[in-house]
Amino acid sequence: MYSILELSTEVESMTVYVKSKQVVIPGEPLAYGRYEYQGPIYVVRQKLYSKVIGIVEIEDKKKITLIPLKGKYMPKEGDVVIGKIVDIGITGWTVDINSPYKAMLPVSEVLSRPTDAAKLDLSKLLDIGDLIVAKILAFEYTRDPLLTIKESKLGKITKGTLVEITPVKIPRVIGKKGSMINLIKNTLNVEVVIGKNGRILVVGDDPLKEAWAVMAIKKIEKEAHVPGLTNRIKKFLNEVKRGR
Amino acid sequence: MTGKALVKLLDENGLRTDGRKLNEIRPIKIQVGLLKNADGSAYIELGRNKIIVAVYGPREAHPRHVVIPDRAIVRCRYHMAPFSVEERKSPGFSRREIELSKVIREALEPAIFIEEFPRTAIDIFIEVLEADGGTRTASITAASVALADAGIPLRDLVAAVAVGKIEGELAIDLNGLEDQYGEGDMPVAMMPSLGQITLLQADGRFSGEEFEKGLKMAIEAIKKIYKIQKEALKRKYIEISKEVLEGE
Repeated sequence: MYSILELSTEVESMTVYVKSKQVVIPGEPLAYGRYEYQGPIYVVRQKLYSKVIGIVEIEDKKKITLIPLKGKYMPKEGDVVIGKIVDIGITGWTVDINSPYKAMLPVSEVLSRPTDAAKLDLSKLLDIGDLIVAKILAFEYTRDPLLTIKESKLGKITKGTLVEITPVKIPRVIGKKGSMINLIKNTLNVEVVIGKNGRILVVGDDPLKEAWAVMAIKKIEKEAHVPGLTNRIKKFLNEVKRGR
Repeated sequence: MTGKALVKLLDENGLRTDGRKLNEIRPIKIQVGLLKNADGSAYIELGRNKIIVAVYGPREAHPRHVVIPDRAIVRCRYHMAPFSVEERKSPGFSRREIELSKVIREALEPAIFIEEFPRTAIDIFIEVLEADGGTRTASITAASVALADAGIPLRDLVAAVAVGKIEGELAIDLNGLEDQYGEGDMPVAMMPSLGQITLLQADGRFSGEEFEKGLKMAIEAIKKIYKIQKEALKRKYIEISKEVLEGE
């Protein structure tokens, strides 16, 4: 690559080129200077650029956060994800976790007692097509992610409704300190399990309530970049509840 | 070929066969996200060119032996539909299509943060529905928009245009006729906000002066195309915002 732009002659010390809550695209300059930043941003000669389509947020004129609007899930150690069994091997299962990498779930991370996997019929424990809530035990880029379901609240899913959304919008579904998800939980009286990989499980005593929660989550996904989201969701939930 | 063209490409007013001035690009329309199966997609109309691009990935790379341990592989398929040109084109891959697939891939790859997705593949499918000169540059323009729509991290969008020589004069964005009977063709692709060139080819003859002037013209045009790419990408989200805010 050959650069034809004159070397940076800018004299300005700290400048922000964008407004808060603005939609930006890859390669769009965000700011110049020593800013703190978070999200898919890269820096060339003190100039901050966006890597993806996203929304910028500027906090106290010193920190720039970029929230992407689309993207794949990249596994991270400790994340709770919702996976689907796609293959059964000799010593474990292969699990689709809605990511570019297939995850492995060994027998030792399912049963607590030491077992001889060869003598076991694994399909009796978990069969192809089964959905599980699992935690990522280990992941480095050279090996496929490793899952476990040995902790509490993890394991096979037996009831509820599953929704799939863009993984990057999971933080919006959770909200600040869980405000958004608690709003859905409390208003509709349902249990919600969020997989960081974009899959969300809603469990309620009434299928109708589950459907409403799914609608609310879909609405969050669609309107995540429009300000005033919490109020709109609040309004939406109250409306469906009253309309019953 | 000599300086005298077989076909009259410039009229007495200095206008081209389609009525454009020498430094005028054809009208462009870009649409984003029209394919639901693909992770990202874009459709471009550049004059009479119609091209659709689908992007998948990053996803698991198959077959296993193509995997690179520390970054993603980028695969690109440029294909022309049998009905895209006047005389039916054989639907298989011609030498030209295989070459263009490689050229387009190499023009896009520098923009992608491939090192963030080791052992995966990013697939770009380019289907030319109608061709009228400059499909490679239009494909690059559309493919970079589709990559951005897929949420793949990019250093910048890549915009491309060709500059050529007709009847001894430099002209931007050659159409099919000018490409066929002109004296030179020089496609340029670049990442506009970084000012970096990712593709530069040329056939025909350009003097040093012509080359420099041509490159300047190309960069001017690329900036215009870049603006249209930006608008196309943002339009989708701005429309949702409008719809939601009007509903209140």
